[in-house]
Amino acid sequence: MQPDDKVLIELYTTMLTIRRFEERLVREVSAGNIPGFVHSYIGQEAIAAGVCRHLRRRDRIVSHHRGHGHCIAKGADLKRMMAEIYGKKTGYCKGKGGSMHIADFSVGMLGADGIVGAGLPISTGAAFAAQLEGKGDIAAVFFGDGACNEGEFHEALNLAGIWKLPLLFVCENNQYGVNTPAAYAMAAGEISRIPKAHNIPARVIFGNDVEEVYRAAGAAVAGIRKGEGPFFLECRTYRWHKHFLSQQLEDLRPAGELEEWKRKCPVAAMEKKLRNRGVLSPAKLRAIDEKIMRQVDAAHDFALSSPYPQPQDALHDVYSS
Amino acid sequence: MRKITYDQAANEAIQEEFRKNPRCVHLSTDLAADLTEEFGTERVRVTPIAENSFVGTAIGLAGSGFRAVVNLRMATFGFVALDQIMNHAAKLTYMFGGQAKLPVLIRMTVGAGFSGGAQHSISPYSMFMNVPGLKILLPTTPYDVKGLLKTALVDPNPVISFEPFLLGRSEGEVPEEEYFLPFGKAAVRKRGSDVTVVALGRMAHVALEAAVELEGKISTEVIDPRTLVPLDRQAILRSVRKTGRLVVVDEACRTCSAASEIVALASSDRTTFARLKAAPARVCGLDVPIPFSPPLEKYVLPDRAKIVKAIRAVMRRPSA
Repeated sequence: MQPDDKVLIELYTTMLTIRRFEERLVREVSAGNIPGFVHSYIGQEAIAAGVCRHLRRRDRIVSHHRGHGHCIAKGADLKRMMAEIYGKKTGYCKGKGGSMHIADFSVGMLGADGIVGAGLPISTGAAFAAQLEGKGDIAAVFFGDGACNEGEFHEALNLAGIWKLPLLFVCENNQYGVNTPAAYAMAAGEISRIPKAHNIPARVIFGNDVEEVYRAAGAAVAGIRKGEGPFFLECRTYRWHKHFLSQQLEDLRPAGELEEWKRKCPVAAMEKKLRNRGVLSPAKLRAIDEKIMRQVDAAHDFALSSPYPQPQDALHDVYSS
Repeated sequence: MRKITYDQAANEAIQEEFRKNPRCVHLSTDLAADLTEEFGTERVRVTPIAENSFVGTAIGLAGSGFRAVVNLRMATFGFVALDQIMNHAAKLTYMFGGQAKLPVLIRMTVGAGFSGGAQHSISPYSMFMNVPGLKILLPTTPYDVKGLLKTALVDPNPVISFEPFLLGRSEGEVPEEEYFLPFGKAAVRKRGSDVTVVALGRMAHVALEAAVELEGKISTEVIDPRTLVPLDRQAILRSVRKTGRLVVVDEACRTCSAASEIVALASSDRTTFARLKAAPARVCGLDVPIPFSPPLEKYVLPDRAKIVKAIRAVMRRPSA
């Protein structure tokens, strides 16, 4: 499934939107303007963009700590995201969730989970729901290599395997759980061996090439919709920032690695392709970027000008009514 | 009125609601034969023994517009699923600003007294009371379990039903016609004027026996809260203000227990405190894991004699 020019432009636009949104957060966190923990998605944008382009609104996704990219790619609103990250009343969760817990059930984003791997069993439930509804909808779950050593990961694979759930596992292998290398922490060596042991077909792809992600996810999603059961995509990638943005947290990854991966920047690579193939002129590329910058600025203005919740709002929403 | 067992009554509640609502799904290890026969294996799924995965699945189903019932069997197995129960079921609605409705009913048995040993005997409801976001049932009769589960199955929130293992085969009157019992409404099992006994779980029955034994000498009021979250605080305070004496009975360990909370409730309410004639007392399980051997197990659990002794003791104490 080769993306046509229209799709290529959409993929690029989604990636660049994530990039600009996240760059703004890096700036604001450094300036001390945002409370709490922000996990930057910079470097991994091609995965969210390439996978979510194949998902319908009714398809449901589950994410983890590093979830902004998945929210954006699934169609969440930048303003309400930014407001949530600032803890404002107008945010998606009325300021009760923050960066790590953005959810938009109206677009099928069932939330970012702050417990490593714990969104996996929830995604099996979302996939089970799609199976029961029988309308050809699917679920997708995004997680990192660190999650693959959690018991819940193995349990979710097993359940998806025995029930043939319409579920796409998207492992964003950025090679480190905080600072612990996957190569150290995982006896299986190759992540993709684990789903295969559960009779779930798996593919390893280069997660920084959005066309490759798009093609692989397209084939996987088509099979899942046809009732072929779960599929596992391992996307090799690298995060540009520390596990979360913080002065205190150390980055113990080997020197030079980041520079090497920056040369494989998914956004820059795509921009170059679009230019070289004549899909977008430099002027058009600039126009897309400027439009996105205006959207991010507008989201930021919206967040800053929004009110905080009333302190006593802390007592509401423990239960839904 | 017809009599059925506690387990049959619980099953009836599920069957009735599953008939009405085709989006109800049941998850449990091993077969739920009655349910499978009527509702089929699509909606009544047998799960692998992997508690976090199927409790998480229930949450994902609930977040996707379904209603899930999970039978974890025993509360000790429920501990295996604590990540999904404590970090997810209890918190997601709140974390997501109220946009997530999570109608999940999680059932598990509690209690001791059957030589199950430490890993098949426990009453850990106070741990769950300490994590806001869960509604917590502790039904003690067939009538109550049916009515409370019926309500749980129309509530849009996660509900945990702790069901005393030894009450599963106990019989009681249950009407044929449909009924629902509200959460947060205690049952007064016996009226009395000298002392209030708040008794939880299986101990509601044992405390009632103790109260009957003392009849003619001490007038005991026995209150069964039936749900711990929400807790019928007013019923407890009203009774203690009337009697001036409080004994709380539960087979859970004493430390940081539901019994501790009920004693704190009564003694930190100014009006109630002013009317206390004796220090409130707790009759609870001793702070040890539940031992296997019958004489050991009997020693660490409350029983009728211990309850009678505690009631007599609060009656003896001089006025405050």
